[in-house]
Amino acid sequence: MTDLTELTIAEARDALKAKTFRASELTDAYLDAIEAANGALNAYVAVTADKAREMAAASDARLGQGEGGALEGIPLGVKDLFAVEGVRTQAASHILDGFKPRYESTVTANLWADGAVMLGKLNMDEFAMGSSNESSHDGPVVNPWRRTDSDVALVPGGSSGGSSAAVAARLCAGATATDTGGSIRQPAAFTGTVGIKPTYGRCSRWGIVAYASSLDQAGPIARDVRDAAILLTSMASSDPKDTTSVDRPVPDYEAAVGRSVKGLRIGIPREYRVEGMPAEIEALWQKGIATLREAGAEIVDVSLPHTKYALPAYYIVAPAEASSNLARYDGVRYGLRVPGKDIAEMYENTRAAGFGREVKRRIMIGTYVLSAGYYDAYYLQAQKVRTLIKRDFETVFADGVDALLTPTTPSAAFAIGDAKLAADPVAMYLQDVFTITVNLAGLPGIAVPAGLSGEGTPLGLQLIGRPFDEETLFATASVIEKSAGRFAPKRWW
Amino acid sequence: MSVDTATVRRVARLARIAVSEDEVATMQGELNAILGFVEQLGEVDVSGVEPMTSVTPMVMKKREDAVTDGHKAEDIVANAPATQEHFFMVPKVVE
Amino acid sequence: MPLVDTRTPDPKKLIPGATGDWEIVIGMEVHAQVLSESKLFSGASTQFGGEPNDNVSLVDAAMPGMLPVINVECVRQAVRTGLGLKAQINNRSVFDRKNYFYPDLPQGYQISQFQQPIVGEGTVIVSVGPDSKGQFEEVEVGVERLHLEQDAGKSLHDQHATMSFVDLNRSGVALMEIVSKPDMRSADEARAYLTKLRTILRYLGTCDGNMDEGSMRADVNVSVRRPGGEFGTRCEIKNVNSIRFVGQAIESEARRQIAIIEDGGTIDQETRLFDPAKGETRAMRSKEDAHDYRYFPDPDLLPLEFDDAFVAALREELPELPDDKRQRLMSEAGLSAYDASILVSEKSIADFFEQVAKGRDAKQAANWVINDLLGALNKSGKSIEETPVSADQLGAVLDLIREGTISGKIAKDLFEIVWNEGGDPRELVESRGLKQVTDTGAIEKAVDEVIAANPDKVAQAIAKPTLAGWFVGQVMRATGGKANPQAVNDLVKAKLGLE
Ligand SMILES: [Mg+2]
Ligand SMILES: [Zn+2]
Repeated sequence: MTDLTELTIAEARDALKAKTFRASELTDAYLDAIEAANGALNAYVAVTADKAREMAAASDARLGQGEGGALEGIPLGVKDLFAVEGVRTQAASHILDGFKPRYESTVTANLWADGAVMLGKLNMDEFAMGSSNESSHDGPVVNPWRRTDSDVALVPGGSSGGSSAAVAARLCAGATATDTGGSIRQPAAFTGTVGIKPTYGRCSRWGIVAYASSLDQAGPIARDVRDAAILLTSMASSDPKDTTSVDRPVPDYEAAVGRSVKGLRIGIPREYRVEGMPAEIEALWQKGIATLREAGAEIVDVSLPHTKYALPAYYIVAPAEASSNLARYDGVRYGLRVPGKDIAEMYENTRAAGFGREVKRRIMIGTYVLSAGYYDAYYLQAQKVRTLIKRDFETVFADGVDALLTPTTPSAAFAIGDAKLAADPVAMYLQDVFTITVNLAGLPGIAVPAGLSGEGTPLGLQLIGRPFDEETLFATASVIEKSAGRFAPKRWW
Repeated sequence: MSVDTATVRRVARLARIAVSEDEVATMQGELNAILGFVEQLGEVDVSGVEPMTSVTPMVMKKREDAVTDGHKAEDIVANAPATQEHFFMVPKVVE
Repeated sequence: MPLVDTRTPDPKKLIPGATGDWEIVIGMEVHAQVLSESKLFSGASTQFGGEPNDNVSLVDAAMPGMLPVINVECVRQAVRTGLGLKAQINNRSVFDRKNYFYPDLPQGYQISQFQQPIVGEGTVIVSVGPDSKGQFEEVEVGVERLHLEQDAGKSLHDQHATMSFVDLNRSGVALMEIVSKPDMRSADEARAYLTKLRTILRYLGTCDGNMDEGSMRADVNVSVRRPGGEFGTRCEIKNVNSIRFVGQAIESEARRQIAIIEDGGTIDQETRLFDPAKGETRAMRSKEDAHDYRYFPDPDLLPLEFDDAFVAALREELPELPDDKRQRLMSEAGLSAYDASILVSEKSIADFFEQVAKGRDAKQAANWVINDLLGALNKSGKSIEETPVSADQLGAVLDLIREGTISGKIAKDLFEIVWNEGGDPRELVESRGLKQVTDTGAIEKAVDEVIAANPDKVAQAIAKPTLAGWFVGQVMRATGGKANPQAVNDLVKAKLGLE
């Protein structure tokens, strides 16, 4: 038999229905793959083998009766940001040491209700703050991709680096991820996988450790566009427990995959042609434009004039919200406690020891911009600029543009421990220059692999859609996918 | 605007994060780099622009008034570093 | 916000100091617990006094990833209260996070309303008095705003030598913070304001006003100044939990501030606590560093919006409020201002009165409720809720008087019997033989007997007709008070030939 881990979700689903193999065999194949690879990749921070086998057995029982949900028996990895009942949920932070929630996030509950199998918790940047997965308390994740003729360890992107690496290395059939400024799309681009951040409000945030509430959205990372569509259909819901989740039915996203893009108007935002962008990124973008044009889409130049202010606005809004969201980690009710001579010192010691450098940096920035006398100049100004950024998109969509095509990242995966990026936080933040506007405007964005860099590592294109029009993104992305082909790393681990 | 070390210490205190002397210096540099970067927002003309309150326009969902939760003290304190009789315990607080 | 002085200094209210008179300026922030089954943002119960952390949901304990969902009844309660305070209702308000660290504040922030509260400016008419002449003074106290916010949990400090215990049962319970303007000028006014506010909330059913259980707590801002002068530096006395203590705290705090200033010192703006045992305020020991709450709109919650119809529906079903009721009792029932004030002072008293007065003479009902019932309750230290004489029982007593079945004097005795022993007044009149004698034959017989036994008095009475009253008294005594006084009067006059 072929390696079961090579099958996409769609393929495995059909084979399980046809009883070609059992869910337990599929799960075992993944558990074996994790066992073999995780030492080298560090994608999983916890493997829940017993739970996986139990869930797979239950799936087999249901499949045996001709029953089962849309994801029956499909083994998935879960980003450590999602609460899974009884399983470590630490947001890859020291401060949540040993935390095992007595509750289940809505998104994962939706997946299990559809029959998916939980393989374990995936590594990530601490509290989802980062673009390289180097800020994890559990150590960096290694990208399964390597440059041609090089064994330099590359980052898998962040913050959902464990998710992207695990999907690319076939350590799960698909994974949950979250995206606050690009944390699904950038790692997808770095690993040759597909990642979609749906419209804000499409997936419930209930049970997901919060980073920046007004920007956080869950979404899947998968091997191809169809799998991403299948996963999102299951993850999305309207949830009475999340006031910001929308009350609208979830479409069958898979049905949109393969839909024609003929007559669609695809906008090319001129402000995304940033200074110093590598020529190969520009070339990839042009190739994507050509592909869509050939498929019958109309390509139009558009302008999003406030694009350059997205990063600075983000680095005020996100840290401000984070500084407040992370105040609950105080050593009182869960996680780490480092004693002090009084309660204030206990707080200070706990938070000094429990949070990593990047997290502290963002809490400090957030605290500063909200503090007395600075609120108007920073936070209020940023939220106004955010209105303008959203308005830019609204204007373009009102002009009849259906989706926008941009690069996903300004570069391919870089090396772990890149000295220049480590020394300059702003340089690292620039990783999210193309993705961050989408979060600020609450729009859906999908990253789809579109080619390889000169060094043989994946590069991606991003499609940005109208609110709640994820279907157009799946349709358009699948056109690019069909033209560019699928990408898998050479196994070296 | 650039922050001095006293401001770094004040902000760290507000955020309840203990910082060493070395960290203060490093943080000062990093904060100033980031603040320098975000400074450019000041050049945007935002006159008449409402600050964003909700990115997806919708009416806030509300609950009806019913007791649907609670009675799980065991779950509430299950992860606590120090508890007794379902209370959380913290170093003594003086009011 | 800029402070506006709405009052002219009143010499009666000034405090004499060593260097001249001082005026106290008082503003209050009252935290009133919203009457609701469940909490503001979670489905846990608001019940008082549960087992530790029992009325706590994952949201209230700020578990990672938990989100608030607003309880619409708490919104209605806030709007009702705003209407009761004749205040501006804001159809759009915003929940903000007030960030600070404290062990009983699990989120590390309190969800409150800062820049855009649900209720804006309103007024409370406060009746201060009565003074020695029985006069009330009406004072208008401005309400700055009312906003919704979460209560914190509770820390217990005396359970352990080195540790405090934290119970989150109250964490997340809805509070209305009602902020007054600095419009009060004496401890009496402050007490009257708090009393009136509590009355209004109880009429509305939006807060039970139970200060013992902490359902209502007052933060009192006190400053002193030369009469009519610039506002002085204020101190905030936190969490005063009885109306009496509010008065004591203000008086002692004002004296403290005056003493400092007269000694050439200055007042530090600070937060203080009132110690009821010592009758003094003291600075809080946990001097938090400069408050910097870093308010910003809570990104987990959308703005709170409702339309005019939502407000109109609540206005429609609003109960009659004490000021309106008082006015009505005066104009419709013809009660005096004094009587009406007493009757509306508590909703339960007003309800009791209205039940007694229904279909009966309102003035008579008022007299009985105020003098007899409230008098008896007062003497026995009982509240109206604990009254042994129900409104129906008192009403029956009044009916018996009106029907002429008993006299006013017997009615007092009957009231006492019902108070002590209970029972149906009508049956008691029968079984105890309290019925008024209206049988003229029997009365005539008694009159004849008295006349026959007192020939000298008869002669005197014929000379001086006012002495007929003596005969009436004798007859009443002879009949054990049960004779109809009017009938006795008529017969005596007729027999003596006085008409
Ligand atoms: Mg206050
Ligand atoms: Zn308050």
